[in-house]
Amino acid sequence: MNLLMQNDEIINKINQLLVEEIEIDEEQISQEADLKKDLGIDSLDFVDLFVIIENNFGFKMKAEEMTDVKTLRDFYSYIIKRVNPN
Amino acid sequence: MNRVVITGMGIYSVIGKNLDEVRNSLYQGKSGIIFDPIRKKMGFRSALTGMVDRPVLKGVLDRRMRIGMAVQGEYAYIASLEALKVAGIEQSFLDQHEVGILYGNDSSAVPVVESVDILREKKDTMMIGSGYIFQSMNSTVSMNLSVIFRLRGINFTIAGACASGSHAIGMGYLLIKQGLQDIIICGGAQEINPESTASFDALNAFSTHESEPTKASRPFDHDRDGLVPSGGAATVILESYDSAVKRGATILGEVLGYGFSSNGEHISLPNVEGPRRAMQMALKSSGLSAEKMDYINAHATSTQGGDSNEAQAINDIFGKTKPLISSTKSMTGHEMWMGGASEVVYSVLMMQNNFVAPNINFHTPDEFSKKLNIAQVTTPTEINAFLSNSFGFGGTNSALVIRKFSR
Repeated sequence: MNLLMQNDEIINKINQLLVEEIEIDEEQISQEADLKKDLGIDSLDFVDLFVIIENNFGFKMKAEEMTDVKTLRDFYSYIIKRVNPN
Repeated sequence: MNRVVITGMGIYSVIGKNLDEVRNSLYQGKSGIIFDPIRKKMGFRSALTGMVDRPVLKGVLDRRMRIGMAVQGEYAYIASLEALKVAGIEQSFLDQHEVGILYGNDSSAVPVVESVDILREKKDTMMIGSGYIFQSMNSTVSMNLSVIFRLRGINFTIAGACASGSHAIGMGYLLIKQGLQDIIICGGAQEINPESTASFDALNAFSTHESEPTKASRPFDHDRDGLVPSGGAATVILESYDSAVKRGATILGEVLGYGFSSNGEHISLPNVEGPRRAMQMALKSSGLSAEKMDYINAHATSTQGGDSNEAQAINDIFGKTKPLISSTKSMTGHEMWMGGASEVVYSVLMMQNNFVAPNINFHTPDEFSKKLNIAQVTTPTEINAFLSNSFGFGGTNSALVIRKFSR
């Protein structure tokens, strides 16, 4: 969608979406936060994240690529790689 | 057998968003019907509808609890909060006791339409998201409220067309009477939107008296030209007498009888015999005679066939005793899946406040309604017992008998 997006722009956008769309408490957001245990993102929320990411970054998340995504840092890295593959 | 009492009720309706507002509207004969220009643009034959604001639940319920709830679930949540408060039941009580839910609901059109629209546009089911499935099922109200209130008793939805809410109370009554549950959150919910009523509008069943929306719903009147769709939600907390006494709850009324029947005839046209049997069964199970009924809240929706058939059925049973009768649908419009529950709430409010609400817009009787004692204006009177009728497509009929509580 936007190959020129800087990494910090992507991270800020993800944080904004987590707060506004998934209603994660802003204070809980940190690189080390575990998506499930700390942020309470469950399997249904991942379904909504799929929609949110496609609508905002223009690609479909794939479950098989997400197996190692545990923390918010992992999630940022995954999205950054998909947005800026090079 | 347990005695079954009402210990709480709540309402979110087109004539008021809580019990106080609704009581005042009933007393004043206030209509909740409007002209909805969106429906006209969409191609509706009639743009008339009951209307109430959508509740704002952001900040009240967390996201997961909200996104699975269709609008009628939101109405039902507000009504149930009020009912539980009136009943003096807090979350800590619900956590420690087996409380059930039986709610009437028979459609959830908007989430079905919206999710399929997304699929057709995106060609990927994954783009539908997680909320629509829980919004789109008929059981959306009971499934959501049971999770929100952490209920652990009976939990399902009653889908009986325009008698759904009444059957929900009737089934709750039977379960408590049998000793299978102590407390059940009963009720009925009805979505308000064009999507859910378009195919009903297609049947030429709606009033087209668009120039004067508040005068369009005129049950029993000679010049009635159809019903006005409406919606909202009503909750009635049913409880065994023993449980109510143990909790020290205030008892608002006692459910004495439930009658039901099926016409076994036409899918949309009602008859006389089916409703008559339901009323007779309700009276018989209540142990009260016809003369003990001080008020009848009629189903009468403002259609030619339905109202005249109900008038005949009522006259067959109550022709000699002539209790006061009104159809509150003259003010609310036809609340469909909700109506059987809301009309119990309306009637209990009348019973508590010693008046019969008017059947507004009833000016000229027809050959059948002229035999009934229809309240044209607000009528101060003591109601010790009343009967509430609800009938639906497919010929499903429900009648409830409720009495002031006395030991």
